[in-house]
Amino acid sequence: MRPPVLDLADLAARIPDGALVSVAKEPNAPMALAREMIRRGAKNLHLVTAPTAGVFADALIGGGCVKIIETSGVSLGEFGPAPFFAEAVKTGRVEIRDATCPAVYTGLQAGEKGIPFMPIRGVIGSDILANRPDWRVIDNPFEESGDPIVLIPAIRPDFAVVHVSEADRFGNAWIGGRHELKIMAHAARCTLVTAERIVDHDLREDEARSANLITPIYVEALAEAPGGAWPLACPPDYALDPGAVRAYASAARQSARSGGGDEWLALLTPSHAEAAE
Amino acid sequence: MSGGATTGESTGAAMGEVKREELLISVVGDLLEGARHVAVGVLSPIPGAGALLAASRSGGRVTIIGSDLPAHRMDGGLELFDMAAQGRVDGFFLSGGQIDGQGNINLTGAGAYPQGDVRWSGAFGSAFLYFQVPRVILFREEHTRRIFVPKVDFVSAPGASEPGVFRPGGAHALVTGLCVMSFDRARARFTLTSVHPGVTVEEVKDNTGFDFDLPESVPTTAPPSAETLGVIRSEIAPTIANPYPEFAERVFGIARQAA
Repeated sequence: MRPPVLDLADLAARIPDGALVSVAKEPNAPMALAREMIRRGAKNLHLVTAPTAGVFADALIGGGCVKIIETSGVSLGEFGPAPFFAEAVKTGRVEIRDATCPAVYTGLQAGEKGIPFMPIRGVIGSDILANRPDWRVIDNPFEESGDPIVLIPAIRPDFAVVHVSEADRFGNAWIGGRHELKIMAHAARCTLVTAERIVDHDLREDEARSANLITPIYVEALAEAPGGAWPLACPPDYALDPGAVRAYASAARQSARSGGGDEWLALLTPSHAEAAE
Repeated sequence: MSGGATTGESTGAAMGEVKREELLISVVGDLLEGARHVAVGVLSPIPGAGALLAASRSGGRVTIIGSDLPAHRMDGGLELFDMAAQGRVDGFFLSGGQIDGQGNINLTGAGAYPQGDVRWSGAFGSAFLYFQVPRVILFREEHTRRIFVPKVDFVSAPGASEPGVFRPGGAHALVTGLCVMSFDRARARFTLTSVHPGVTVEEVKDNTGFDFDLPESVPTTAPPSAETLGVIRSEIAPTIANPYPEFAERVFGIARQAA
């Protein structure tokens, strides 16, 4: 049984309100899918970023789709702070669960392995830990005395969402060197894939690429979405569009400050950008 | 020698030609002398250049996280953390919206938590890497009481840990636009090591919100030697033009390559 190839709107409709959705750090953020989720009016999502995020998370927050965000950081990088994220956390509109990068990976790895938790070094004495009642500290049971260590509970997202350069009709999605996308997909109950192109041949035929695939057993459905990561990067097809991200940052800042306006959303629509050129 | 202050060999005349960025690159290079592997973020050009300078002198490796150059590729985003957990990363850089006198850093937000006055991006890997990397350099060019506070509002990553907590890593030094400080992990306290040319000890005190130790005499941060300056300009500058094109263009006049 192959996962179905849907159109983008139907793919977005698979994610019900209130779902636990995981997305990886850029590149490979499914921005076209995010636009459809905003258009659909998705609500109360619990977003887990693996381990950080940028425009994808900020836009979903701006679109009113997010109730809880679990993240190690949301930033637009060289384009500055993430305006909707900062405003929503400050006002309490979105509940924040602050993490640290390797702790998110650890939680996803526990999810991938089907075990309830995994330990991680560090973190002890931070206010990150103090504000995570779901994280525990135990004494290393293999040491005679002491050696406190933090346990991170397994993260099992309802959906992992990812945009890739190439997928195939069998439901394989090629992730390049981004190992964490595989871990995220394995930890999630299912993965929704958007791809620049969906090819007819089985990507597993080439062993050099077969290690870098999210394979069909994890994939619930796919959609072809050329330019689907824009204005962010989708290597090797295209780089980030700095002008478009800068314009988003500025419009989102304006909207977050004044509590309204959706010019930022128009700026994330490729047809708008083409018309402006 | 850990503070970047050596008995200066350079002449005053040469100093006039040294840019502030070059001085800081040289300081960072001194602090990372002998490191086998330094990791640095893609948005940190001075730390990146300083790490490359140290590697050029002592043959270590530098991984620029997020660089698309093949030499900086790792097994996705996780491997750096696993490497650090095993002791395969000797040097790293952290910063903060607030840094206090106990070496605590705050990357999370100012004021109350979570609904405070300002929300920053978040802790990223700091709450882990600060524990694991032996030579963490705290780097923040802006040296004001806004940044260097008596007590951070939120401890994204603590400067010191209680006995019994596994912690091979921690702050090695603090480098700012005004000075260099060393950090004593046992006492959780900074000591002023050197002030940059043209900066006074009083100026550092006036702009620092926490107490720190003062040696009897505080030297001026040694400018890069002519040899070091040559390496920075001829070897490091072109190397950093890929990960840091804007910085290379602004500081070293290296034209951006067409995309």
